[in-house]
Amino acid sequence: MGVGIKVEHLNAWFGKTQALHDISIDVPANHATAVIGPSGCGKSTFVRCLNRMHETVPDARATGKVRMGELDVYNGTAAVQIRRRIGMVFQKANPFPTMSIYDNVAAGLKLNGFHDRQRLDEIVERSLKLSALWDEVKDTLRKKSGASLSGGQQQRLCIARALAVSPEVLLMDEPCSALDPISTGKIEELIFQLKENFTIVIVTHNMQQASRVAEFTGFFLLGKLIEFDKTEKIFTTPSDKRTEDYITGRFG
Amino acid sequence: MANQALGAPRLTGPQPVAKPEVVSSSRAETAPLIKAGDSRIPDGIFHGAVLSCGVCVLGLVGVIVYQLVTKSALSWHAFGWKFFFRSEWDPVNEQFGAWPFVYGTLVSSLLALVLAVPLAVGVAVFITEMCPRWLKGSLAFTTELLAAIPSVIYGLWAIFVMVPLLREYVEPFLARYLGWTGLFEGTPYGIGMLAAGIILAIMVVPIVSSITREVMTAVPQQQREAVLALGATRWEMIRTGVLRNARAGILGGVILGLGRALGETMAVTMVIGNRPEIARSLFAPGYTMASVIANEFSEATSDTYLSALVEVGLALFLVTIIVNILAQLLVWSVTRGMPRRSNA
Repeated sequence: MGVGIKVEHLNAWFGKTQALHDISIDVPANHATAVIGPSGCGKSTFVRCLNRMHETVPDARATGKVRMGELDVYNGTAAVQIRRRIGMVFQKANPFPTMSIYDNVAAGLKLNGFHDRQRLDEIVERSLKLSALWDEVKDTLRKKSGASLSGGQQQRLCIARALAVSPEVLLMDEPCSALDPISTGKIEELIFQLKENFTIVIVTHNMQQASRVAEFTGFFLLGKLIEFDKTEKIFTTPSDKRTEDYITGRFG
Repeated sequence: MANQALGAPRLTGPQPVAKPEVVSSSRAETAPLIKAGDSRIPDGIFHGAVLSCGVCVLGLVGVIVYQLVTKSALSWHAFGWKFFFRSEWDPVNEQFGAWPFVYGTLVSSLLALVLAVPLAVGVAVFITEMCPRWLKGSLAFTTELLAAIPSVIYGLWAIFVMVPLLREYVEPFLARYLGWTGLFEGTPYGIGMLAAGIILAIMVVPIVSSITREVMTAVPQQQREAVLALGATRWEMIRTGVLRNARAGILGGVILGLGRALGETMAVTMVIGNRPEIARSLFAPGYTMASVIANEFSEATSDTYLSALVEVGLALFLVTIIVNILAQLLVWSVTRGMPRRSNA
């Protein structure tokens, strides 16, 4: 089951440039939450702060409080532990090119010292089924490289890889921006099923996508959270003028 | 079509600017901005030029092989195939065999790789993944500076600094604790196969590490992030996300380093001891193919002696080719499709 994420007064910097200003959000458990906003508004930085990927960039740092269930993300827990419980899917599909499809999915488990072959087989199959890729790859699991799949398949492989370590939260950083409409549709359908068991935060450029997959939406502008509410409300009667300008296409 | 004609000289002979057929075509109303020329002549010249460059290199290798074979004919006739596997090297009685030199070259080069590759990969990992930014440039520069030092300087340093250290401290230590392997026994002279291997290793490190650094830098950042996001530690990230993706390139760097080690002459001949013997112990003196040619060419008095030295050169050529083919096969087996099974 997923858990909610409580963010309080989160600030993030790249060197001396502040990328996020005092963000506070309650991300509800077992729902999909969309993060929208124009380019450079800090939405990617925001999700990367949630699993502490932000600090892997040289000179980047973040302050504030992020709680995931009973876990304090920035205090007293190692980043490695956090990332094992919060999965991430990136903008550009990044399967491991030197590994087979099977090894790609099993990579996270093997890193965590999991080597029981029978259980691995089960988990790989389950993860690939969850990401709706199983039928397309089941015959070539060990023969084909992760990089030999099509773009959309690669992205679903990356989702399977993230799901295999059974995270509670799945962060998706513009997962469909490099995909064609059919692949995008498959991934959106997937998000719909996944949120029964996971909490999903999805960054997207595509406002239709946000309204299709997410119950909640946050609008970011220039590093600030302008508005966070039910998706319906954001797209019909936003309470901030800037949100309205953005969703009606007046800028951004 | 349009860029094909760009800047192309006209064909010889008069050519009408607008041919009747062009007028009759559907796009004839507007005259083309760039007149259609013929690209065959400049392309042909370019093709010929680069082709001759390629042929030149092949020709050069061909001439070298021809020379090696013809000049070694005397020794070839005297000893035949067995020359490469005979162990006698007796200029006085005109008995020659290249085996001790082949052995010395291979063992000293392999020893160099065994010592150099972990160090070089370690340096590269440190520079690309962990080094603080202020140290990065100077460390990379210093590593590469090692490659610019002339080998005779390495040789001198080895004789005056490294060999005494080996004789006094390292070799007695190895003999006491690893003597049971048989690789470290006998009198620790300092000078010998071990000294040659170490000095070669120092010379090979900059090549392997700078190439490793290049290929590691070329691994996309997304690969690192993918591993990190799965909850990997830094070491796991480097192993799975970087080294694994870069392994073909790293192997390529090792092969280049091996090439340098096989052919290195001066520094090796100064410390290896120059005795055409085959001994199991690495403390014992040895001899390499490049060294024997450099040392004995000027004093080769008889025709057979000279011819035998040229044939040692031929042997070096063959060993280099064989080693490179094996290395290419290794790279090929690593990069082909994907691994049959991974134990990552």
